[in-house]
Amino acid sequence: MALRVQFEGNNEIGAFTRLTNSYCLLGISASSNYYSIFESELGDVIPVCATSIGGTRIVGRLCVGNRHGLLVPSITSDEELQHIRNTLPDSIEIQRIEEKFSALGNIVAANDYVALIHPDIDRETKEIIEDVLKVETFAQSVGAHLLVGSYSILNNKGGIVAPNVKIEQLNELSTLLQIPLIASTINRGSHLIGGGMVVNDYIAFCGYDTTATELHLLENIFQLKGAPIGSGEQQQQQQEETMKRENLIESLL
Amino acid sequence: MLPKPMTDAEANHSNDRRKLESGEMEYMSEESVSTNIVQISCCECGLLIDPNPSNTCVNCLKSRIDITEGIQKQVVLYFCRGCERYMHSQGQWIYCALESRELLSLCLKKLKGLVKVHLVDASFVWTEPHSKRLKVKLKIQKEVFGGAILQQSFVVEYVVNNFTCDACHRREAKDFWRALVQVRQKAEHKKTFFYLEQLILKHKAAEKCVSIKAVHEGVDFFFDKKDDARKLVDFLQTVVPCRYNPSKELVSHDIHNNTYNYKHTFAVEILPICKDDIVCLPQSLSTSLANIGPLCICLRVTNYVYLIDPYTLKVAELSGQAYWRHPFRSMANCKQLTEFIVMNIELAGESETPHVYPRSEKHVLADVWLVKSSELGVNDKQIHTRTHLGHILNVGDTVLALDLATANINEFNFEKYETSSKSRIPDVIIVKKFYGDKTVRNRKRLWKLRRLDIENASQGSSANRDFIDFMEDLEEDYISRQHINIFKDKERERKESAASVDVDEVDPDAPEISLEEMLEDLTV
Repeated sequence: MALRVQFEGNNEIGAFTRLTNSYCLLGISASSNYYSIFESELGDVIPVCATSIGGTRIVGRLCVGNRHGLLVPSITSDEELQHIRNTLPDSIEIQRIEEKFSALGNIVAANDYVALIHPDIDRETKEIIEDVLKVETFAQSVGAHLLVGSYSILNNKGGIVAPNVKIEQLNELSTLLQIPLIASTINRGSHLIGGGMVVNDYIAFCGYDTTATELHLLENIFQLKGAPIGSGEQQQQQQEETMKRENLIESLL
Repeated sequence: MLPKPMTDAEANHSNDRRKLESGEMEYMSEESVSTNIVQISCCECGLLIDPNPSNTCVNCLKSRIDITEGIQKQVVLYFCRGCERYMHSQGQWIYCALESRELLSLCLKKLKGLVKVHLVDASFVWTEPHSKRLKVKLKIQKEVFGGAILQQSFVVEYVVNNFTCDACHRREAKDFWRALVQVRQKAEHKKTFFYLEQLILKHKAAEKCVSIKAVHEGVDFFFDKKDDARKLVDFLQTVVPCRYNPSKELVSHDIHNNTYNYKHTFAVEILPICKDDIVCLPQSLSTSLANIGPLCICLRVTNYVYLIDPYTLKVAELSGQAYWRHPFRSMANCKQLTEFIVMNIELAGESETPHVYPRSEKHVLADVWLVKSSELGVNDKQIHTRTHLGHILNVGDTVLALDLATANINEFNFEKYETSSKSRIPDVIIVKKFYGDKTVRNRKRLWKLRRLDIENASQGSSANRDFIDFMEDLEEDYISRQHINIFKDKERERKESAASVDVDEVDPDAPEISLEEMLEDLTV
């Protein structure tokens, strides 16, 4: 399932959102619209936390995380860190890292098992990423782009990279990450995949401009075609009710 | 109509193709690098395409963006059927043939919004010549989505509307002129006009005339603009003694924007004294000109009237203003003169010449005894008179003179003078020397003058004779010909050499214009 949303009229929702399988961080919006959408879709399943990082709203670009952990940049204040810690489950390891690239979301693209990182990242940071997120890291570029977080996005089932990537490289990345990858676009032809959408294993959110074709592609590669999350029981109930009703009608006839 | 996104990949392709043709070896590896970019699906239709800046396939891009937006597809051109010209800009009309370069540039100039795109090519699409439609096929390029250059060709239709241009409109309305200069001279002879004509030709004063028309006792010059007429009037004032009277006639009037449409007329009156006229000055004028005359001969008319008293050699310049303070008519003109033969001549010595100032140095006072040509041998009575032409007269010469004894002269000033001082009136006033047969002289003439193109100009033999008289005057008076252009008559020259005419009848002393004074005629 993939939804089209806008953050205050902006299609680059990946900049304002960090979505993982176990939590969702949102930038603080002037209107509650954006938060409401995420809350209604995810509120039953995972905590949705509206926060700022370093006083900014671009939480999606500044932090990186997965089911196991969350890494926030050095500019994160103690209060913000405390707020995130309070909101997120205790099982998630949260760590602030000292890294010259403060926009961690731009330099790391991760799922729950592997991560693509910027080739110039510090050795220490790389180790922290491996420890906290419990992932295997690969220092690679996507095509000519070194900002792997901006130009690619992954979940546990697949991934999208920006266009202008060579077949060999796409195959190499796919082999490294052990998931299928495609080159595609978001927001009607935008290269900035990481900026234009967020995804976890069962839901994706993308910018308002995203076309049906793009949506179709991303639903396929991220395998989001299944039943919407959280509605399994309801569906079962509905099915049972219709069965009962049919039986009743049959018996009456 | 196919827009064509030009991307880096395509540029590489063309590079490679060029390399392939030149047979270079690196080509293969480069080809493999450039072609194995992962194809992506077009963001709108899902078609597999090579990535480009907009990541959209050609057709989707075409449907989404129209780079011809903002460019007019139909434009109106204005065409004047009268003069077959197209309106270029407000008030400017240019002639251009169908499918000509000029017309194409005009079409492109009229097309709005073309500045925002890059024009690659423009050409005419054939249309029926009388369909009042022109079609121009344009090929334009424009950059879209940061780097993708779209190229598109499209057809602009030009509708040719009829619109009568100002000039044709005025012609249709028989409304040719805005200003008119009426030049008039109440004189028997057109000498002054001929002189004026030559001056106008030389100074190109009537270049902006829309038409020139001859009328009774004068010429009308018609102009498009008042300023041009004004210029001619100013010119006339500097070359001939004249006065003018401006007037205007209201043609139309727009009360809404307070504009008035006038026709202006300048009535220019030239002083009615011609060269070789005999005048009798009014007493007051004679006094103001230092007691000249009052019987005087007009030597020439330029911007002044030059008078000479044939009895004293006293000369005077009469300006237009002075004339109109004491207007007078000429007593006799050159047509009233009769031929006399000089029987005897005695040049007056310095002591006998009256001491007057200013005195002409070019003339010599002489006593002459004359006999009328018609009475030669019949009547031996010689008439005595004095003349200013002592320097050119010899015994036996023919002169043209006014026979006062027999002439019937109706002129107020002369009658007054006649009654007051009868004794001082001579029998004969010699005006000029006669140089022999006019036709022979005319045949011998190797020069010509240019003429203005005047409508209704009198074509008769009398007009011709007047002009020949004028030409003779020019030959005799080098001062008046200083200001005008004289051209060599090539035709005459040729004829002359072919059959050298015997010209014995003509006085060998007859003045001629030297070759140095003539200009080569410019025939284009």
